Amino acid sequence: MLLSDLVSFTYVSLKAHRLRTGLTALGIAVGIAAVILLTSIGEGLHRFVIDEFTQFGTNIIGINPGRIQTHGVPLGAVNTVRPLTVDDALALRRAPYVQAAVPVTQGNAEITHAGRSRRVTLYGVGSQFSSAFRMHVALGQFLPDDDPRAPRAFAVLGSKAALELFASGNPLGERIRVGGGRYRVIGVMQSKGQVLGFDLDDTVFIPVGRALEMFNRESLMEIDVTYDPTAPLAEVEEGLKRILTLRHGSEDYTVTPQQKMLEVFGTVLNAITFAVAAIGGISLVVGGVGVLTILTIAVAERTAEIGLLRAIGATRGRILVLFLCEAALLAAVGGAAGLLMGWGGALALHVALPALPVHIPWNYAVLAEMVAVGVGLAAGVMPARRAARLDPLETLRSE
Amino acid sequence: MIRLTGIERTFAVGDEMVHALRGVSLELAQGEYVSIMGPSGSGKSTLLNVIGLLDRPNAGTYELDGRDVTGLSDDELARVRREKMGFVFQFFHLVPRLSAEQNIELPMVLAGIAPAERRTRLDRLLTDYGLADRARHRPEQLSGGQCQRVAIARAMSMGPHVILADEPTGNLDRHTGQEVMAVLERLHQGGGTLVLVTHDPEIGSRAHRRLRMTDGAIVADEPSSQFKPGLPPESPANRPPGSRGAAA
Repeated sequence: MLLSDLVSFTYVSLKAHRLRTGLTALGIAVGIAAVILLTSIGEGLHRFVIDEFTQFGTNIIGINPGRIQTHGVPLGAVNTVRPLTVDDALALRRAPYVQAAVPVTQGNAEITHAGRSRRVTLYGVGSQFSSAFRMHVALGQFLPDDDPRAPRAFAVLGSKAALELFASGNPLGERIRVGGGRYRVIGVMQSKGQVLGFDLDDTVFIPVGRALEMFNRESLMEIDVTYDPTAPLAEVEEGLKRILTLRHGSEDYTVTPQQKMLEVFGTVLNAITFAVAAIGGISLVVGGVGVLTILTIAVAERTAEIGLLRAIGATRGRILVLFLCEAALLAAVGGAAGLLMGWGGALALHVALPALPVHIPWNYAVLAEMVAVGVGLAAGVMPARRAARLDPLETLRSE
Repeated sequence: MIRLTGIERTFAVGDEMVHALRGVSLELAQGEYVSIMGPSGSGKSTLLNVIGLLDRPNAGTYELDGRDVTGLSDDELARVRREKMGFVFQFFHLVPRLSAEQNIELPMVLAGIAPAERRTRLDRLLTDYGLADRARHRPEQLSGGQCQRVAIARAMSMGPHVILADEPTGNLDRHTGQEVMAVLERLHQGGGTLVLVTHDPEIGSRAHRRLRMTDGAIVADEPSSQFKPGLPPESPANRPPGSRGAAA
């Protein structure tokens, strides 16, 4: 039997029961659409989170005071954690492959100018902060590379803080009060927007030494190190640890490369995408049961026809292929409709809820179509085998 | 060309074993026109099905064109049927969703014959059986006689050596039945072997060789034109549709 004849025979069989075929295909379509839609949301979420984290670059290592890992010794008795200092940051600049080592501390402070005041997030940072985190200055300049132990009282405002305090006026050169101290504004940052709920525009940046003094803190919150992106991460980590351990006497700090964080996020987000795809998969299985039901009915209805085909020379294998082909075609049509439905749904969702990240993974879509055909074939096996096993003589009598 | 020797066929009906054929031996030559008659349950249809390789005997041997086909596998039997046998049934057995020409074409489609070759054969068959203007009609749009002509054309599409007809007129009125018989006999005149199972003595007596069966055995094998059936005839036109007297 020629392939074209097989397809056309199958097509005629399916066309003979348009409504039935349509409804069965709809079952598969809904399943595929659900898989597409849910994985689109999962994949969109994945991309959204990864983009949020990588906008500052991916070659960043965070170093925080204290160790996160738990050891066998009860730590509560003796606290041996040394503070992370600005000197530590300066020392880390000499580690291999390191481009910048930025001391960071963060807090909350009131900024005041000409009777207007506002409570903003304060970042005490080193001069390399803006270049390390790819944040750009809109007006003026960023904090200069002063002696970190005695920096001048300069401040750089976030775009929102500048707007609120100075409205349309030029803040450059103006004197403001930050948490009681007097600072001169030397720059305004470009707007960065919200990152994972933090408004990076409602901020003020001052030298880290002055921030530590203002909050009366000994330790930095973090040292952020950027490194040559082509360098091997393990060696970079090793170099940092060697310097810090030498200075601290023990490894009383935690090194967190962003790449490792991204890997963890990636794993979690992939699990979420997979889980929602599995939920969609349940409806696909239900669709498959629909195909199974319809094909079982079709075999029962067409017993006499099967007998005739056997009498005029169709082998058992041919009957099997005929019914499997019918199942596969039914599922393929449903799958294609499901692709369109899922795609349309994802687009509609994107238009209706722009905040919800939606990304259609086309490789999933192709996979879904193949899965649909696979489900159809699997559902078709049982009825098709039944049809093939029928005795031609018995089936001819069945009319 | 067909030689049956000692064919036995038994069926289990509930707890009982029914002997549909008891040691039937039969030789059919190429070009013969044979009718098989007998009362219901005498084994006529079973014999026809065995000849047509639709049914396997429990014992005995079947030789077709000098080759023993008794032990062939299901798929081999299907291939032999496709190439050498043409079946005509009482209830036509047309595929309802296919047009007349698609039904006629089916054996050629199953045999994988190229579309161009199929078209040529199809056009000739449609003309030969007076179906040219009905080619695209579906069975439900055809009369009983037309349906049976479609079925005969289908049986002829692969150029079979043997035509096996099981009550071909059983579901038709008398006039149409005569027409269908005329078509079948034309086939025979063209050199084909025609084996016919019928209840109708008038139809049966048209054959050149008449077999009579009782209780699973051939009791008469007469080439005589004086052959008269001993049992009261059952008129096929009066029987309710769906009943099938010749079942084994």
